[in-house]
Amino acid sequence: MSDLRDLYQEVIIDHSRRPRNFRELPEANHRADGYNPLCGDKATVFVRVEGDRVSDVAFKGSGCSISTASASMMTESVKGKSREEVDRLFTRFHDLVTGSPDKKDQAVAPELGKLAVFSGVCEFPVRVKCASLPWHTLKAALEGEAAPVSTEVSESSSGDGGGKAR
Amino acid sequence: MSTAAETKRAKGTEASLDVAALRRDFPILTQTVHGRPLVYFDNAASAQKPGVVIEAEQRAYSEFYSNIHRGVHFLSMKATDAYEAARVKAQKFVGAASVKETILTSGTTAGINLVAQTYGRKNVGAGDEVLITGLEHHSNIVPWQMLCEEKGAKLRVAPLDDEGQVVMEEFERLLSPRTRIVAVAHVSNALGTVNPVRRMAELAHAKGAVILVDGAQAAPHLAVDVKALDVDFYVLSAHKIYGPSGVGVLYGRQALLEAMPPWQGGGDMILSVTFEKTTYNELPYKFEAGTPNIAGVIAFGAAIDYVTAIGLDRIAAHEHELLAYATRRLLEIPGLRIIGTAPDKAAVVSFVLADAHPHDIGTILDYEGVAVRTGHHCAQPVMDRYGLPATARASLALYNTTDEIDVLVKGLHKVREVLGA
Repeated sequence: MSDLRDLYQEVIIDHSRRPRNFRELPEANHRADGYNPLCGDKATVFVRVEGDRVSDVAFKGSGCSISTASASMMTESVKGKSREEVDRLFTRFHDLVTGSPDKKDQAVAPELGKLAVFSGVCEFPVRVKCASLPWHTLKAALEGEAAPVSTEVSESSSGDGGGKAR
Repeated sequence: MSTAAETKRAKGTEASLDVAALRRDFPILTQTVHGRPLVYFDNAASAQKPGVVIEAEQRAYSEFYSNIHRGVHFLSMKATDAYEAARVKAQKFVGAASVKETILTSGTTAGINLVAQTYGRKNVGAGDEVLITGLEHHSNIVPWQMLCEEKGAKLRVAPLDDEGQVVMEEFERLLSPRTRIVAVAHVSNALGTVNPVRRMAELAHAKGAVILVDGAQAAPHLAVDVKALDVDFYVLSAHKIYGPSGVGVLYGRQALLEAMPPWQGGGDMILSVTFEKTTYNELPYKFEAGTPNIAGVIAFGAAIDYVTAIGLDRIAAHEHELLAYATRRLLEIPGLRIIGTAPDKAAVVSFVLADAHPHDIGTILDYEGVAVRTGHHCAQPVMDRYGLPATARASLALYNTTDEIDVLVKGLHKVREVLGA
């Protein structure tokens, strides 16, 4: 049994209670909205890209402690990085929280730095989307995708008129 | 097999339930989750199943399974008899006048869509109106939205007050001569509010509209009598009443059902088919195309017997005691706020806890063995009404106890400790 504290580490609780870069960014030249319809988490990520580098990044929204902390720490770790570095970090982070089987035996990639505190997330499959939503939203912002990012693919196109379990 | 429910019946009139004995009827309740005894408080999403229901489904498959209404062979006749016997139980359970008024569906959602697509498409035109309320589940919103969009009709929504009750003056004001259909929940899944459906039916009929009642959350908690409520359609799901999923009931007034076109075409809903013309079958089969969940319906019959033997009145009394206890204990927790405080409420407690996100509450409670629902409960407009993205919800059933509520309360203190909330 994994321990609750593997998920709710002190650093994560700290970032969820006092998120960094939690504001709008008027100078942003990229932005995207992310949404997790299962729990109602919403995140808007604002990015200022100068040349090839993320010169500033911020976020707004409401979410659980995992998604808020993930967004907060993400903004800290991508600031000043090139697009290519951000892409690589996205992949590493994604592997970390999904517990990608071929990566399991490897040590946590050193470039993740403080983001390693999210290693416990992979033990909680229903919370993986909480941690990854801000990152998917950042990626969408950088790629300039117009449609809001959803953790549920084509969620609005189900035509049976029903909901899930009540 | 002698169940606790049968023992109860034998004992006669006992005021309170012997919950310890009833719990033994539910095999799943004995397990541990993360090393803690399971506390199952997600009954409004789906209730657990007693052994008699599980055995009924298994017996159907191992002793007399076959397709129904088709063969002249022994098994087909036996399966048909068992299936139709379950229909009679469902008819009596809701108080329908005959089996012709008792359509078996795959669940509440299917029942609502059936009425929207048949009665609705035939009777709602451009400029007409459909009236719902602010506390509806998505499945009693979206089918009407789809209908209104197709027909150029208007969807009207009666608002809620701060306690989670429909504002009846507004409901009455929104009813107009253009209102064709009124669709309301009997009990709100997100707030627990019991709607005054008898009064709503009276008001709807006075304007010449029909009323559909979504009884998914009501049927497990209060005795339903469609004739006393004087409603035109009543829909429910078996899985909330300790029965299997994929089974439901649509009650409809016979005259309305007769006049409605069929919904889905296929086998079992026809009398004769040629390439030129098909003659539709009689009620209730006209609305039952395709092979249904045969063993599931039979097991639903066992679930109806089970709750009837205990008595819905006694179940309701037990749940109300639990609700009062849960409400009192939860309000002792600093920062906890209950959403939905209507005086007439079923055993649902939706709550928020300071600035703790419900998703975090759900994960931490899970580690205490407590299963609650977190999120918008498929009722996003309800969440919007109270300015919340989500709530945590404990929904109670006949097998829950005050001790389990104490475990929930302890778990919520743990939430505060872990999150520093």
